[in-house]
Amino acid sequence: MAIPLPWWLTVAAALFAIGLYGVLSRRNAIGVLLGIELMLNAANINLVAFWRYITPQALTGQVFAIFVIGIAAAEAAAGLAIIISAYRRRRTVVVDELDTMRW
Amino acid sequence: MDFIFNLTPLIPLFPLLAFVIIVLFTHRHNRLSSDVAIGGIALSTVVAWAVVLATVLSDEYVRAEGWQLHVPWLPAGTTVLEMGFAVDGFTAAMLFMVPFVCLMIFIYSQGYMKLGQPDQDPRYARFFAYISLFAAGMLGLVVARDLVLLFISWEVMGLCSYLLIGFWSFRKAESEHHIDQAQVVRARQAALKAFITTRIGDVLLFSGIALLYSYTGTLTFRDLFRPETLEALQAISLLGMPTVTVIALLVFGGAVGKSAQFPLHVWLPDAMEGPTPVSALIHAATMVAAGVYLVARTLPLFIAGFVVANAPALHWVAIIGAVTALLGATIGLAQDDIKRVLAYSTISQLGYMMIGLGLGSLVAGIFHLLTHAFFKALLFLSAGSVIHGVEHGAHVAAHGDHTHAEHFSPNNMKVMGGLRHRMPRTFMAYLAGALALVGIVPFAGFWSKDEILTEAFHLWRADGALNLPFWVWLAGTLGAFFTALYMGRQLGLVFWGEPRHAAARHAHESPSSMTVPLIILALFAVLFGFVNAPFLGSPLHHLMDKVHEASEVMHAEVIPFNPTVAGISTMLAVAGLLLGWSLYRNYRTGQVEPFQATLGLVFIVLRNKYYIDELYRWAIIRPAVWLADFCFKIDDRWIIDPFVDLVGAAGRAASDVARVLDSGVIDRWFVEGTAQLFNAAGRWLRYSETGHVQNYLLVVAVTILLLLGLYLYF
Repeated sequence: MAIPLPWWLTVAAALFAIGLYGVLSRRNAIGVLLGIELMLNAANINLVAFWRYITPQALTGQVFAIFVIGIAAAEAAAGLAIIISAYRRRRTVVVDELDTMRW
Repeated sequence: MDFIFNLTPLIPLFPLLAFVIIVLFTHRHNRLSSDVAIGGIALSTVVAWAVVLATVLSDEYVRAEGWQLHVPWLPAGTTVLEMGFAVDGFTAAMLFMVPFVCLMIFIYSQGYMKLGQPDQDPRYARFFAYISLFAAGMLGLVVARDLVLLFISWEVMGLCSYLLIGFWSFRKAESEHHIDQAQVVRARQAALKAFITTRIGDVLLFSGIALLYSYTGTLTFRDLFRPETLEALQAISLLGMPTVTVIALLVFGGAVGKSAQFPLHVWLPDAMEGPTPVSALIHAATMVAAGVYLVARTLPLFIAGFVVANAPALHWVAIIGAVTALLGATIGLAQDDIKRVLAYSTISQLGYMMIGLGLGSLVAGIFHLLTHAFFKALLFLSAGSVIHGVEHGAHVAAHGDHTHAEHFSPNNMKVMGGLRHRMPRTFMAYLAGALALVGIVPFAGFWSKDEILTEAFHLWRADGALNLPFWVWLAGTLGAFFTALYMGRQLGLVFWGEPRHAAARHAHESPSSMTVPLIILALFAVLFGFVNAPFLGSPLHHLMDKVHEASEVMHAEVIPFNPTVAGISTMLAVAGLLLGWSLYRNYRTGQVEPFQATLGLVFIVLRNKYYIDELYRWAIIRPAVWLADFCFKIDDRWIIDPFVDLVGAAGRAASDVARVLDSGVIDRWFVEGTAQLFNAAGRWLRYSETGHVQNYLLVVAVTILLLLGLYLYF
């Protein structure tokens, strides 16, 4: 037990913040997707860390993380497909230019 | 014989049916319409004469009491107004004359209204409908058993006189010659004048009938004239007089209006604006005879008051009659219109009839009514024939000679002259009528006028003092002289001398549909006087003297022929006729009239009809117009209308306030304000919808952080 729980949580929080920053600030849609992956993984770190330090007897944290990884894969597939479709129609993947829904 | 009496209701029914048929079915076919009208009156004549014959031949009972038939007409609560028909000697005498004279006039009208000619009257069929209704009214009045049917018929005649006097108010000046706008207006005004003037009398008559019904509960002549009913009416006092006198005076008021007696005579001369057959109808057989008939029929009422006190009802009849007789005869001296002279003559002769009745003699008054009907119808129809001929002459003259563009009236005697050669048959008829009117010995008018004057003379001699009968006799004798004078003037102007106008030069005899009735009527004008001639035993007297016997107040006896009276009046008549004729037979256009030269100012007064029309205009019409104007001003200017305007203005002001409130506050702030608020909010809020996904996510992230912070802080 060399590394205490808050350290894990701090890493996860930093990773989440980096991911959020990427989602909010990247102009490339693929970058935004990468940021989302980072945030999901930060959550996964938290889930596993809490399982290991608080309820090691149950498998809930690990199972939850595996589900999240599965969903993230599906999400990445759907997101990339949308981006490809948008690129085919608009010839761009810059998020600022994809503003059809504005006022 | 009694079954003939049961046909009596048919007498007024036939012309009434003719009226209905013409109005509903045949009014598009002119000849058919006039044939229906003539057929109707001819059937009436046949039935009426059968009834007359039955009455004359029947026993004493039918002559005295008469035959009657009645039906419940108006059930009103517990009382039932009954209406019915009755025939007695008096009715029979009228039934001999009325339908027959009407028949002659109807046949004559066919020619006068120019059937089948290019200038046929445009409302030909309607004319025959009206005169049929008129005849139905008069016949209904004559066969009435009670005052109900009498009053209904009376009013029907009032309506018809209005329609017929104004018959030419629809003439079109541009399409018919000799018509100008003024004549159309005059016809309209004459119709109104006749209607309103007779209406004054009708109101009096109606109040008389109402009084009678309220006191006695019956309107049937036979019940009214029972001695006990009359005594009861005498016993009650009303306005300081016996009730029966008040009622008699009211009834006489109706007769004054209808028969054109002195204060209400003004409508009759103006009624000349109607077609001439109408004048004949009104003056001879129907309208004016109705008033005399009414007084004669209700004579027991007049006499009953006379018996109980010195009640003046009967006196007034005699006085008004005498005044009217003299007034009409003198005005007739100064008129130029051939029909107007005859109109004033009618007024004057009606005065004689009233004198006869006012002296208490039913037979004298009615005898004169009958003879007058024949010779006055004859005179009017002859005058119509003269006018017809002169109109035709004017037509010919206008075609042959285009310089004759000036307006002239075919009625004006001053344009005529010398017509005895051009219209010989009309002239002979006219002469017969004139001699009958003037009262030359064998003609009808002599016998009847003589009987009235003899009656007055007799009553005067029986008393001896200068009493009412004396003055009445004097007025009547003077009137007879004036009658002769104006008829002499008329004959001279129309038939003697030289034609004074191209129209008279080209005049020609009228068609035989007009002259044949003239000849028949002329025969009656000559011979009818013998029905009551003293040397034949006064047959009419014996037919009628039992009529009012049941009332026990009338004691009719035959007054013997008096050579003094007959001599005086005949001498005056001959003198007047010759004087008028000799002065006027060589009258030339532009010459001062001989009467004017001798009478001077008096002639002017006569020509202006004693200024009675002007007096009425000043004393009655002007105040009436002023009153109407005053009421109008109260209504329109001073009180009612301003008040109405005020209410309206208040309403407007209130609604103005409401409008400002509504549009300024409700609309501006609540209705539009709400919409504008949302509109503005939407305009500002839409800037948040950037369409950039990252913006939305930022908002979500910041919000979650804020909420988390809040959660952790509290």
